[in-house]
Amino acid sequence: MWEYTDKVKDHFMNPRNAGLIEDADGIGEVGSLACGDALKLTFKTDGNEKIIDAKFQTFGCASAIASSSALTEIIKGLTINEAARITNDDIALYLGELPKEKMHCSVMGRDALEKAIAYYRGVPYQKAEGEIVCECFGVTDLEIKRAVTENSLTSVEDVTDFVKAGGGCGNCIEKIQNIIDVIQGKEQPEKKKPAAMTNIQKIRLIEEILDQEIKPVLKKDGGNIELIDLDGDVIYVKLRGACANCKTSQVTIKNFIENKIQELVSPELIVKEVKSETTYIC
Amino acid sequence: MKQPIYVDNNATTKVNDKVLAEMLPYFSDYYGNPSSMHSFGGKIGYKIAEAREKVAALINASPKEILFTSCGTESDNTAIKAVLRSRSGKRHIITTRVEHPAIKNLCEELSGRGHRVTYVPVDNKGVLDLDYLYDHITDDTAIVSVMWANNETGVIFPIEEIAGKLSERGITFHTDAVQAAGKVPVDVQKIPMDMLSMSGHKIHAPKGIGVLYVRKGTRFSPFLIGGHQENGRRGGTENVGAIVGLGKACELAMEHLEDDAKKVGHLRDILETELLKAVPSSIINGTRENRLPTTTNISFEFVEGEAILLMLNEHGICASSGSACTTGSLEPSHVLRAMGVPYTAAHGSIRFSLSKYNTEEEIKYIIKKLPPIIERLRELSPFWQEQQMST
Repeated sequence: MWEYTDKVKDHFMNPRNAGLIEDADGIGEVGSLACGDALKLTFKTDGNEKIIDAKFQTFGCASAIASSSALTEIIKGLTINEAARITNDDIALYLGELPKEKMHCSVMGRDALEKAIAYYRGVPYQKAEGEIVCECFGVTDLEIKRAVTENSLTSVEDVTDFVKAGGGCGNCIEKIQNIIDVIQGKEQPEKKKPAAMTNIQKIRLIEEILDQEIKPVLKKDGGNIELIDLDGDVIYVKLRGACANCKTSQVTIKNFIENKIQELVSPELIVKEVKSETTYIC
Repeated sequence: MKQPIYVDNNATTKVNDKVLAEMLPYFSDYYGNPSSMHSFGGKIGYKIAEAREKVAALINASPKEILFTSCGTESDNTAIKAVLRSRSGKRHIITTRVEHPAIKNLCEELSGRGHRVTYVPVDNKGVLDLDYLYDHITDDTAIVSVMWANNETGVIFPIEEIAGKLSERGITFHTDAVQAAGKVPVDVQKIPMDMLSMSGHKIHAPKGIGVLYVRKGTRFSPFLIGGHQENGRRGGTENVGAIVGLGKACELAMEHLEDDAKKVGHLRDILETELLKAVPSSIINGTRENRLPTTTNISFEFVEGEAILLMLNEHGICASSGSACTTGSLEPSHVLRAMGVPYTAAHGSIRFSLSKYNTEEEIKYIIKKLPPIIERLRELSPFWQEQQMST
């Protein structure tokens, strides 16, 4: 039997703000029937960035329902910017405490809120990015990294409690451990990534390589580089500073930058330079 | 209504008053050790012998074939390990996908230590694929272990048929009868099995006492090494009070087996039928044809089991669930998954397991209290509304 606080029990037995706002300004849906819990959060603003009403529909256990109820109580009266700063810990604290194994219920609340705010702002929700690590529960590396960093998690079990990853077949446990190790600085990140990546993943990785491997070298010579675009396998970069006027910049691009990116991201990538405006005027 | 309304008897049962009365003197007055030389201890041995006879009678065994253990799990572990040790060379185990963790987790552990385990599947009614079992027997097969009745669904397996087939082929057969013995007839003379596990606390005896039946002539090596107790087959001072209690519980179970089964089966049928009628989108997990009279497992779609249990708890009703959330694991019960019960239904499964102590009044109380709980949780559930809109 779970040790629930009186506040969890109260919010479970007498949930606040259950239901759906028909003409909601913010809508966030997370989870699924298969996962065992799901939450649909809707909120209404006063037209001036302030949340005046919030409602939830939840499928899940007592702590999932209580977390959803708590979430709606927390965000009512907040501005969108204030609500955007709510963490899963805020939800858990509002309820006094959640059993460790149930922390994922508060994370679900936070995720639904972020999704609803993204909907409100008309921007795409960021969570789906990243590479799926846990196939059973569809959890990405970015979600795991975030949970580990924000909640100072130290073990795979902790990660499972917070975001469910690793709680199914267990095939991803090693990968989760690796993510934890990297964050704790025990191990260098794996440099080679699997070939099948989305464009967004490629861009992120290229940026990472530029930041870590290439920029420091260019900066030594007073130069710099900026990623402009990725079109299929062609990477467009702009050289800055000393590099922009360097006569051997093409050699730098082909011999150094392209080699590095082919080695660390994907062998079919080609790097092309976009000439800076000043060059065109000349 | 007097509370609790206890319908979780596959988890554990109330100790029968007569059983407790029989046990108590063995804590207060007759506390001797049966291994002692003095008569104060020595005479306890007679009481243990009497209890052994009563246990043997329940399953139609000879008292010498009854080995007292500490629980069903110890019985299961002893059976499997005894066979693997005494038949060195053979490393293959056949069991089912729906066993109790006492067998399932043991087999998983063994398979990591060089043993090969075959898990026999079940169909969506929880019925065992017997052809699969027979097809996977090899010369390397050391033991087959199949539970008599499943603890989650109550589905009874065709133990007589399996035992017959395996006996023809000379393969050691063990059955975990923890949920069956004392509830349905078990006769080891009629059914040629080699080993059978039982547990006291499932049949109104106390916790901490189990039985392993070992057919005469079965090669055996002890699991607990120690003194000469249990004829050298299990070291450790006898749990005298519990053994005496188990003897009494077996005697009572045997005496009332038919009547109790009829009475409990009747109540279970009312509960099941009325709940299915009162709650839309509810499904029985497991076949209704060949099942323990005590057990029903019902899925209420679009709601989650732990939430149902906690709301039942508010009304003093004690049941259990195959939902993930109740155990802290994230996936629903391995039994329901093996049956291919969709996740949507598995998360909302509730097991009611009755005993002879349940009354019709209690059953009616559950029938009255449960449907509004499901309705309330469905009102909270986003999927229920979607479902309603789509139909």
